[in-house]
Formats: sequence, structure tokens, C-alpha cells
Amino acid sequence: MSWAFVLLLGATAYAFKAVGLIVIGGRSLPPTLERCLALIPAAMIGALVVTNTFGNGQHLQMDARAAGVAVAVVAAWRRAPLLVVILLGAAVTAAIRALT
Amino acid sequence: MRAVGVASATLGMAVGVFAVSFGVASVGAGASVAQTCVLSLLVFTGASQFSAVSVIGAGGSPAAAFGGAMLLAARNGVYAIALAPHLPGSLGRRLVTAQLVLDETAAMSLAQREPAQRRAAFWITGVTLFVCWNIGTLIGALAGSAIDPTTFGLDAAFPAAFVAMLWPLLRDPRSRAAAFLGAAVCLVLTPFVPVGIPILCAALAIFIGVPAPPPRQAEADR
Repeated sequence: MSWAFVLLLGATAYAFKAVGLIVIGGRSLPPTLERCLALIPAAMIGALVVTNTFGNGQHLQMDARAAGVAVAVVAAWRRAPLLVVILLGAAVTAAIRALT
Repeated sequence: MRAVGVASATLGMAVGVFAVSFGVASVGAGASVAQTCVLSLLVFTGASQFSAVSVIGAGGSPAAAFGGAMLLAARNGVYAIALAPHLPGSLGRRLVTAQLVLDETAAMSLAQREPAQRRAAFWITGVTLFVCWNIGTLIGALAGSAIDPTTFGLDAAFPAAFVAMLWPLLRDPRSRAAAFLGAAVCLVLTPFVPVGIPILCAALAIFIGVPAPPPRQAEADR
């Protein structure tokens, strides 16, 4: 990995953040746009859950992660603290891998 | 407010722990310890960092690694637009604020109802995560290939963290619909398009917000 690659990645990643925050500034947005933007976290976090649970590059697969995430869903539903949800998800996944 | 602070700091530390596995993965993919730490300091977007080192590690070209990582980083720009009204300040202050805009800070901040709580959630999550993420990266990079993240189920810690973040958002019917639609779009597209693009396409689910809410719902929103 070259340093040019590392620095280019850092600069571009930062540019996305800064442009969004500073070009728009503290101005208020049209209500329709605001309603749509309010849904961004749900839409993208929903996608991040499934892609990190079932994704392996461009393939979908059902493995130990699915069981860990299923337990995490139950824990979140039972209002367990965040750290407990994460540790349960990891522990169940690790346990299934160890047993199979 | 105290609950917001505790939740935000806990999230920052929990996800920061995940940086250990990034450090391990990055060194395993051929980056030096210094490069790995600079990636976490400058890019500071877990999904982009993982994506970049996994493509390089799998023998992909730097261009492919860059493209995938930037597609994943693009959503921070959208988060930044959503967060901008809640994070005012001088240009210098916002230039610093910008580096902390990512999944976790956006989710924690936008999940709050009061403006003061939104700001507190953003800053506490962001600063805790930045500190823990970079310390975690250093530990992981130094530990090198001694740890296999999958042995400890650390790869499942990522989606589990997202589940925990998503849960409070699901109370709102439209967010619930957007989450399921986003997840469905992502699953359907995964086999057909390059890694990173399904997550961007999932953002199309926000168009559920175009129709005005029914009057009763609008009243409840106020």
C-alpha cells in the first residue's frame, strides 16, 4: 500500500464530510427534503445490517454471523444496553464457529 | 441528557473496540503500522477503511480499492447535510466537526429529539469514537496477525452494533419502512454490482419521505 493511496483516501473521505457540512451550513432545508433526509440513517443502517450479516464480497451467505445477529436483534428488542448487544452478537458467532 | 451522554460514550467505546480488528486486517493486507494508523486518523470511516484494505489484501488495484472506499464514504456527505442544521459554528469549528461525521455520530445524534441533546450526542459519540478508534487501530496493528478477528466473532460485532443503532429508529413508521426497503435493495443488488454500491443504492429508500405525512401524523411530529 502506498502513502499516496493512504493520503488520497483520507483527503477524499474528509472532503465528502466537509462539503456536506459547510456548503449547506446551518440553513434550513425544504420540508420534503428534510423528511427524506431524516430517513437516511434508517435506510442505510438497515442496509449495513444485512450487508455485514450476509455479505461476503459480492456473494450472500448464511453463516455463524446470522445467528449472532439474530441474538443481537433479540437483545435489542429486550432493550439490552448497546455493549451487551454487540458482545452477545460477537460471542454467539464465535461460539458457533468454535463448535462447528 | 445524562442518558444520552452514557449511551453515546458507550457506543463510541464499543465500536472503537472494533478498530482492533481493522488494525489486524490492515497490517495483514500489507499496510505498515504507520499507514494503518494514518488511515484511521484521516479516513475515520470504518466501512471505507475495511473496504479499502480488503480489496488491496485480495489483490485488487488501488483504483478499485479507492472507488469502493469512496462510495462508502459518500454517505458521510449525506449525513453531513442532514446534520448541518444541528451543528452550527464558525468555519474553523465546522472544519473540525466535519471529521466526526459518520454512521455512529449521525445515528446517535439524529435519534435525539431536542437540539441540545442532538449536539451532545454528536460530540460525545464523535470524540469518544475518535479516541477509541485510533487507540484500537494501533493495538490491532501492533498485534498484527496474532489475532484472527473471526475467531472472536468480531466480524459479527459490526452488524450487531448496527442493529443496536437501528432499533430506536424503528419506532417511527416511515423509518421502519425505509430500513426494510434499504435492507431489501441492498440484498437484491449485492450479487450484481461491486461491493459498496448496494449500500449507496439503499439510500433510495429515503424517497418514502416525499409524500407529506397525513395530518394526524404531522401533528404528532410537532
